[in-house]
Amino acid sequence: MGRIPRDYLINRLVTLVLTILIAATIIWIIPRLSPVDPAEIALGRMAAGAGSVANSEEILAQLRANMGIDQPLIVQYLKYISGALVFDFGLSTAAFPTPVSTLIMNALPWTLGLMILSLIITFVIGNLLGALMVWDRSPKLVKVAIPAAMVFTSIPPILSGLLLMWIFAAKLQWFPLTGAYSIFVEPGWTWTFVQSVLYHGFLPALSIVVVTFGFWALGMRGLMITVQGEDYVKLAEAKGLKPRYILYRYMIRNAILPQITAFALKIGLLIAGQVLVERIFAYNGMGKLLYDAILNQDFPVIQGVSYVIILITALSVFLVDLLYPFIDPRIRHEAN
Amino acid sequence: MTSQDNVPLTRAQIRQAKRIKRFDNPWMNPKLIWGAGLLLGIIFLGIIGRFIWDLDLVFTGSSPLKLPPLGFENLRGQSGVIDHPIGTDGGGRDLLALIIVGAPNTLFVGLLASFIGMSIGIFLGFSAGFLGGRTDDVIRVGADVMITIPPLLILVVFQSAFGDVTLTMMALLIAGFVWQSPTRLIRAQVLSMKQSGYVQMAQLSGASTGHIMFREMMPNLVPYLFGSFIASVTTSIVTAVGLEVLGLGPQRIPTLGRTIYEAINAGALIQNLWWWWGIPTLLLAVIFIGLLLINLGLDEVSNPRLRKLS
Repeated sequence: MGRIPRDYLINRLVTLVLTILIAATIIWIIPRLSPVDPAEIALGRMAAGAGSVANSEEILAQLRANMGIDQPLIVQYLKYISGALVFDFGLSTAAFPTPVSTLIMNALPWTLGLMILSLIITFVIGNLLGALMVWDRSPKLVKVAIPAAMVFTSIPPILSGLLLMWIFAAKLQWFPLTGAYSIFVEPGWTWTFVQSVLYHGFLPALSIVVVTFGFWALGMRGLMITVQGEDYVKLAEAKGLKPRYILYRYMIRNAILPQITAFALKIGLLIAGQVLVERIFAYNGMGKLLYDAILNQDFPVIQGVSYVIILITALSVFLVDLLYPFIDPRIRHEAN
Repeated sequence: MTSQDNVPLTRAQIRQAKRIKRFDNPWMNPKLIWGAGLLLGIIFLGIIGRFIWDLDLVFTGSSPLKLPPLGFENLRGQSGVIDHPIGTDGGGRDLLALIIVGAPNTLFVGLLASFIGMSIGIFLGFSAGFLGGRTDDVIRVGADVMITIPPLLILVVFQSAFGDVTLTMMALLIAGFVWQSPTRLIRAQVLSMKQSGYVQMAQLSGASTGHIMFREMMPNLVPYLFGSFIASVTTSIVTAVGLEVLGLGPQRIPTLGRTIYEAINAGALIQNLWWWWGIPTLLLAVIFIGLLLINLGLDEVSNPRLRKLS
């Protein structure tokens, strides 16, 4: 294990910082281009709650001052960027005095938990299946999985989510329809709560796994076909190594490398897909938070959620890129 | 006596003959034909449906509520009627009319966004690969940065700030996020092609940059361009459907995603109104599988080695 080449590190870091900065800037600019005035929305909400609002002009001015939108744009922008660095996106307008960061911090563990769980499952199952599709010693049954994997990959998780939800939650009632844990269970580190979470998380995770494993399996299949013909595999076979050992240490070990890069490119789409799955399952994660915020026109929350998800994506890509030289030593030589 | 005795060729021989024919013309690829067939089916549904079906039934309240498809019964004991062969939704809209209008709309967004994204990608990819230097640096970093940002999240911010959008507007917005992969792909191809003999020959004989780009290099890129185009269509439709399911996107134009959104919101899953969300879901699946088959077929066309494998 050597160290990461400096040029490579700097290159990746610049990309990371630029990604976050550009995304944050786009998110900031878009609402400023819109003709909708957030202060008027807030006033409208007050009026809807109270029937009528007196002194609306003064309240509007006060709201604008509170939101900071009466200041020059450059001041607003700098404030926003420095706030975004410490995850300060102001207060939610729908759940009023609650800071956006609190809402996000409550939702984030659910999303991350679901994401990591389903990612690990699909990555392992998909790559193993893809490898077995090519391996000549694997049972015939595995080859049947090729067309199935292909068909499933083409479908976004929201469709598989709807289907699974209908069959297993609405029809058979084996699993709960919505939510991340039972409303009768007190959240905490108790066994019943963990059980409830796993029980509720099963269907959302399954709907992601079902449609993503094929992507890895097919990619792995293509790579394994290439690796199969390599001289070092022939040599290993000639040496009389155990077929299973050749499969894991010679073939999969080499074929999996480009899969990890594919992972970095795919992660954005995966997260976006998961947000939608969370929305249809009303899972307590970022997806539900985002959907509720859209319904309530809660702009600070929409901004915050989008920013945090983009941040997670960019950080994951960065981490994969950083880990890559450790997994594939050839990269280090190229950089030098 | 079996029927095989009368047939001069055995099955294996017929298959062999077919394979040879297929080898002669790579475009007669069964996957490609099936995929294109599925998508054409959706387009035909949109065209023929407009003539034979009353499209006023897409308006709310134009039909009875929550009727099931023909041959099924809903929870209230009503059975399907011939006037609404695949049922109606909770707002009193005929589902057949909804999909006749909605399915082509969904496909249209995907194709338009992808077409624009590809054009940007071709332009930027060629510029980066061919010109190199500072231009290349800027385009490469730009594509690297933008490929990390999930389009859905930016578009959510955009549409919740601006409210209602038209189909074309949505396609334009999505196009802003599907140019990165074609750019990277074309740049890489152009970089490797620049070293090849025929391009250097053209350069030596004094061909203009435009001539080299479009007459010498472009024809060799066509299979890649097609593949990339189909992949972008899939990404665009996934993004569009994602926005629609979050309740964004065009508010007054029927699309498959919006129909699903309304079905979920009305609790169609609990009320067992499976046709309301199921039929749009099925059509979307048909679109995605069609695109996938086209992509696999194109892979085989451009990479003859894959043809032997299957």
